[in-house]
Amino acid sequence: MTPINPDQLIVQLTQWALSFLDSYPLVAVLVAILLSTVPLVAVFPICFAITTWLERKGLARIQNRIGPNRTGFLGMLQPIADGIKMLLKEDIVPKTSDRLAHFLAPVVLMVPAFTILSVLPFNRNMIPAAVDTGVILFFALGSVSTLAVFMAGWSSRNKYSLLGGMRAIAQMVSYELPLVLSGVTVIMMTGSLDTTKIVAQQQLSEWIQSSNAGLQCLGQIIGWNVFTPWGFAGFLIFFVASLAEINRCPFDLPEADSEIVAGHLTEYSGFKYALFFMSEYVSAFAINGLSTTLFLGGWSGPNIRPPWSDDPNALLIPGFVWFFAKMFALMLVMIWIRGTLPRLRVDHLMGFAWKFLLPLAIMNIFVGGFYYYAPRWHGIPVVGWPIGFLVMYLSYECIGRLNRGPKTAQRVYHYAS
Amino acid sequence: MLGIGILKGMAITAKNFFGSFVNKRLLPTLQYPEAGNSVTLFSRNIPFLVYDNDEDPLGTMRCVACKICEKECPPQCIYIVMEKDANGKPAKRPKVFDIDISVCMGCQICVEVCPFESIKMDSTFELSTPDRFEGLLLKREHLLKSNTYFHKIHPDEAQEVDDRLAAKQKKPAPTPSTPAA
Amino acid sequence: MNTETIAPREYQIYSGDDLRTNVLEISMGPQHPSTHGVFRMDVSLDGETVVKLKPVFGYLHRNHEKIAETTSYLGSMPYTDRLDYFCSMTNNWAYALAVEKMAGLAVPERAEYIRVIMAELTRLQNHASLVGFLTNDLGASGTPLLYAIREREHILDLFEWASGARMMCNYMRFGGVRNDLPSGWLAQCKKVVDDFPAFMDEFETLLTGNEIILSRCQNVGVLPRDLAINASITGPCLRASGVDYDIRKVDKYGVYDRFDFKVPLGSVGDCYDRFMIRLLEMRESVKILKQALATIPEGPVNDSKARNFRPKPAEAYGRIEGPKGELGFYLVSDGTPKPHRYHVRPPSFINLTVLEDMCLGQKIADAVIILGSIDIVLGEVDR
Repeated sequence: MTPINPDQLIVQLTQWALSFLDSYPLVAVLVAILLSTVPLVAVFPICFAITTWLERKGLARIQNRIGPNRTGFLGMLQPIADGIKMLLKEDIVPKTSDRLAHFLAPVVLMVPAFTILSVLPFNRNMIPAAVDTGVILFFALGSVSTLAVFMAGWSSRNKYSLLGGMRAIAQMVSYELPLVLSGVTVIMMTGSLDTTKIVAQQQLSEWIQSSNAGLQCLGQIIGWNVFTPWGFAGFLIFFVASLAEINRCPFDLPEADSEIVAGHLTEYSGFKYALFFMSEYVSAFAINGLSTTLFLGGWSGPNIRPPWSDDPNALLIPGFVWFFAKMFALMLVMIWIRGTLPRLRVDHLMGFAWKFLLPLAIMNIFVGGFYYYAPRWHGIPVVGWPIGFLVMYLSYECIGRLNRGPKTAQRVYHYAS
Repeated sequence: MLGIGILKGMAITAKNFFGSFVNKRLLPTLQYPEAGNSVTLFSRNIPFLVYDNDEDPLGTMRCVACKICEKECPPQCIYIVMEKDANGKPAKRPKVFDIDISVCMGCQICVEVCPFESIKMDSTFELSTPDRFEGLLLKREHLLKSNTYFHKIHPDEAQEVDDRLAAKQKKPAPTPSTPAA
Repeated sequence: MNTETIAPREYQIYSGDDLRTNVLEISMGPQHPSTHGVFRMDVSLDGETVVKLKPVFGYLHRNHEKIAETTSYLGSMPYTDRLDYFCSMTNNWAYALAVEKMAGLAVPERAEYIRVIMAELTRLQNHASLVGFLTNDLGASGTPLLYAIREREHILDLFEWASGARMMCNYMRFGGVRNDLPSGWLAQCKKVVDDFPAFMDEFETLLTGNEIILSRCQNVGVLPRDLAINASITGPCLRASGVDYDIRKVDKYGVYDRFDFKVPLGSVGDCYDRFMIRLLEMRESVKILKQALATIPEGPVNDSKARNFRPKPAEAYGRIEGPKGELGFYLVSDGTPKPHRYHVRPPSFINLTVLEDMCLGQKIADAVIILGSIDIVLGEVDR
């Protein structure tokens, strides 16, 4: 039996359990599938519950309030109370709605939200579906949610819902482009669409396999894509576009409460609404997981090899701890943004995608190419890094100025004499 | 640079987030039932009738049923019937004194017009009731509260009133002035 | 007068042969989340662009004027609190001013100072919460609003301390104010006023430079100078359009002529100007408050004889610069204890009349913030 690695414990346990079924290959496959999907379906709703609590508490603190504090310690049982309330509420379907589409919309939204989680590498050897074209699969399945939102908007037979659905289509289709293009840079640099390879590329294996603990630690961090100019710019573009993709503030136009009541959610209540709500958060997790994978080194983080192990890849802290930590950190930034920013207008939103993010993302691809071929000194990108950073900064400034135009500026006010 | 304003705003919200854990000023919420009585000494809510002697509330109530407050009340929420003695002579105290607190808006005009200092503003607010008709129609018995209670809720004002009444007592026979036209 | 500016602007709907589109008619309100109460806008949309907008109101009509004609002069005072329930103090003052003008009552010096202090505190809390509500309409999840409300609480505490109620103050009386300020009130008020600029700095850092607010508010809902004058818009909306008209300066009612303050003026007349003018006015109000608190004299605060009276047959119009604009009360007396005619000139209502002109051609999201930037309170619009 192989020595116990803390980070591979779950993988080893799974293999050990499956080893009993060696004589029944069909059953073994089924059990393997179950063992990789059931945790997904179990863990992410729990993450969703934790996030709703975090969001309510965090938003409250930002606004100088206390937030939920009656249900359990610090209001931690609030998600359960919310869930019970949602389940007990009457399921109202408008009389003139398209009942089938109205019913299907939350389901259609939920299925891809969970499916795209399966291409994320949570740890070494811990990926529910090791697909060679993981990133493509992610984007392809992720765009199904557009359809679901429009189904909801159309079928409700409510004008606000329709406006929300229309806005959602325009927004999600537009932001898919900068989202994918900023990811393309990473794919280009890695030369693979496989998410595990993208993570592996961000780890300096010589350093990790050396005997110095400090080097092992550093080797897990220094290679992250976000520390390169194209990676940093790409990460920011990806993050902003992902905010729009999952309808989070300040891009929450499809459900803009002050304008179109609740957009596509106006006519939903009870459990269907809860499904919508959960799917939104699960897709938020998925897209944050992908940006973690693409730019923030996936499951790698400050980590050392356990002293008792002689496996050069063994790690003391399981990688999924870091993965979830980064994912939640990104969620917290989203909550922080929601606590600060007002909403964009629909034409500004489209202008921002097409006139600002898209040129920047294309520029980023060129910078990535330059970085790749720029001469290095002992493997250090002494030319590529500063020039790449400068180019990205300048293009940010230029495109920003071009977009702002002469009309929008701080004004000077005078007083009547 | 584009985005500086947004970053500044986010710094402000972050400051408020962390500040709310250390600075009382940034977390002003009072938890209602636990925080105790947060009513200040100055708040007014609904009127009550003052009596002087704790042993005999009905006998020492100051109200003489002159009906000025009933007439002046802007939403007309006061209803007064004067008590009559056996001979049918007015007894100068109310037999019925009802205030419909679902109508009362706590404007304090009854207090201002009362020449006998008999109706004052209460600061109680926990008046919810399962019966919205009878429960919100306060009768004489509910409205009667002692001068001691008045001293407890509005000490300064009660002291002033007592001084005024004492000064009146010294003068001979306080003739109840006819209500100003 | 340029008549072209008051003719309603027309919006051309695209009607090419290749694409048949219809106008989408939406009834926004009366239960819409951002119509500031029970206000309704019948909006016709071409895509997301407003092509027609019809304001519908009256859902909160409470017969205020008729009730006032059936009660005594004093009896209407608490009802004026409920017109614009954000600024009951200024409502009281406008009504008291009209009655004082008609009956020829004099107001003691100290009472005038108390009135100024109360009115400027009202302006501070009204503008702060208005800007908060405006950002709420812009889609911020309530953060600026709750900061504003946090500060407003300190001012409402002062109101409660002085008058007994936080919002429905019912504090002014004909010929003064109801009671003198309690001891310690002025010191606490000084503290609140001194703390207020720190909040305003925070508020301005949070909002004025924000790129999203700049792009959402600038050049949106422009109210041209001529139209503003012709439609008799008053208050911050008028000054945002660049018209120098502040009744505190024009009428010099009360003791406003003794204080040194400036009137900020906008240049474009868009939502951003209206929003900035309010922020700047708050700074000026703080200046007035500091002067008033430093120079408030001792003395009586009311005229105890002026409680119940029959004014001689006369008519009077008293107006003040409320936080929302010119608030006026027109009274006609026939010699009885009740007014013969009682009419309110509500600034919210009159400022609302240009809503369609400002909204045409804008997006539906803009219509919401334009409505927010006018600053209406339905209690005053519908009366």
